[in-house]
Amino acid sequence: MLFGHAATRRVFIKQVAGTGAALALGPHLLGQQKAQTVEPIAALADTETAAVTLQINGRETALRLDPRVTLLDALRERLGLTGSKKGCDHGQCGACTVLVNGRRINSCLSLAVTHEGDEITTIEGLAEGDELHPVQAAFLEHDGFQCGYCTPGQICSAVALLKEGHAGSDGEIREWMSGNICRCGAYPNILAAIREAKTKTADAV
Amino acid sequence: MNPFTYSRAADAPQAVADLVAKPHAKLLGGGTNLIDLMKMGVETPAQIIDITRLPLAQVGELPEGKGVRIGALARNSDVAAHALISARYPVLAEAFLAGASPQLRNMATVGGNLLQRTRCPYFYDPAFPACNKRNPGSGCGALTGFNRSHAILGQSEQCIATHPSDMCVALAALEAVVRVQGPKGEREIAFADFYRLPGATPERETNLAPDELITAVDLPANRWAARSHYLKVRDRASYAFALVSVAAALELEGGKIKTARIALGGVAHMPWRAAEAEQHLIGKPPDEATFLAAATAALAGAKGYEHNTFKIELARRTIVRALTTLAKL
Repeated sequence: MLFGHAATRRVFIKQVAGTGAALALGPHLLGQQKAQTVEPIAALADTETAAVTLQINGRETALRLDPRVTLLDALRERLGLTGSKKGCDHGQCGACTVLVNGRRINSCLSLAVTHEGDEITTIEGLAEGDELHPVQAAFLEHDGFQCGYCTPGQICSAVALLKEGHAGSDGEIREWMSGNICRCGAYPNILAAIREAKTKTADAV
Repeated sequence: MNPFTYSRAADAPQAVADLVAKPHAKLLGGGTNLIDLMKMGVETPAQIIDITRLPLAQVGELPEGKGVRIGALARNSDVAAHALISARYPVLAEAFLAGASPQLRNMATVGGNLLQRTRCPYFYDPAFPACNKRNPGSGCGALTGFNRSHAILGQSEQCIATHPSDMCVALAALEAVVRVQGPKGEREIAFADFYRLPGATPERETNLAPDELITAVDLPANRWAARSHYLKVRDRASYAFALVSVAAALELEGGKIKTARIALGGVAHMPWRAAEAEQHLIGKPPDEATFLAAATAALAGAKGYEHNTFKIELARRTIVRALTTLAKL
């Protein structure tokens, strides 16, 4: 049995949730809006790649990308940040949820070249070194997953939800987590995790 | 996804000039529908013009108390949360929050929402050979196929697709004005003139010219929108397209209805303003008999297909429920 023991499952989810990443970026950056100036880009021939500099988890990365590459594919295939998952690839499941300038989006429906200068936070950037983000810790505590595939998206979405102030009641949490589908049906535990994370983050403030 | 050239416009005039120069270009806003359609192979633009950084995202009051202007690039979530919208046009805030998911609302723009394409599965998947909207003259797969989500009002034998937007249903009730910029300058399009019924040309969905950029949506000031409501009925509790939705507003005076607005979603090729139903309400007491008569009038011309006839009664009941809710406010 692949995940026969809770401990094994937790080791697995720790890997999924990317706690080992050194690119720590705290939630303090969430909610910041970056002033944008429009830098026009002349049309590229359709065989050309575009230069783009992405700010991911506090680190700047220069890439040349086919303009068709989505932010999700750039993260996973070019930068090795495979925490963000490709579920449906059509914006329907939420497994690809990342934070852009503190706001949660579906990275599968966003072209990477459009994100020059944006602050992008993925699941790998939530922990502070070895210290889990309170939402990550709460998901472990409450078993907010079964297979774990949707978990990085659930956690990123929950981090944003707390920042947005949409955790006022169980009903509100359910409604504002509706963009993250869990095929295993771990919703009761996800709800419990977010409820607890809300208490913990409120204590921290 | 087909290859395309990518460019980023520095300002609105450049975006328009690029549209004129490249007839097969598409403007990229939030991308939540366009990128998906490109992945599906339904949209195959030769050029993508990125307009996401143009300064068109403000929400603010129009001068002289004339109403509120919403920039075309304002994100759905920001408009929904804006105090001017929730206080003066609650139906619009509710419609936004009934649509899509928090992630998609953070991405999707108001201009892009106006130009959403139908989620008719025969349109959305090129594996289906027949779709007059995607491939004019090829037929309509939905007409005799799985048409549970399809239109009951204003459809044609060429197309029975529905418009997917929630926002637009509220905008129809609010008599919004769409501001656009083209090579010859700016113009305003009344919401009632923005969309087209399918007729024999379902591939043409709006009266926007191919070289025009939507810059804003204006919400005129009025007395009645403060008492307005959006009610959406769908197959699951959240994050699903409407089977039927209703945007409604009521102004009461001396126990009688002075002004009424009703628009329906999920039932037609465009957001469907039910003007004749509104007329039934004027001067009447706000009670169930009045509401039922109006709802029956709204659906008088409705026609169902094999799987969607239930929508006729569902729409009637949804109108009554929305108006009843408003009368109690």
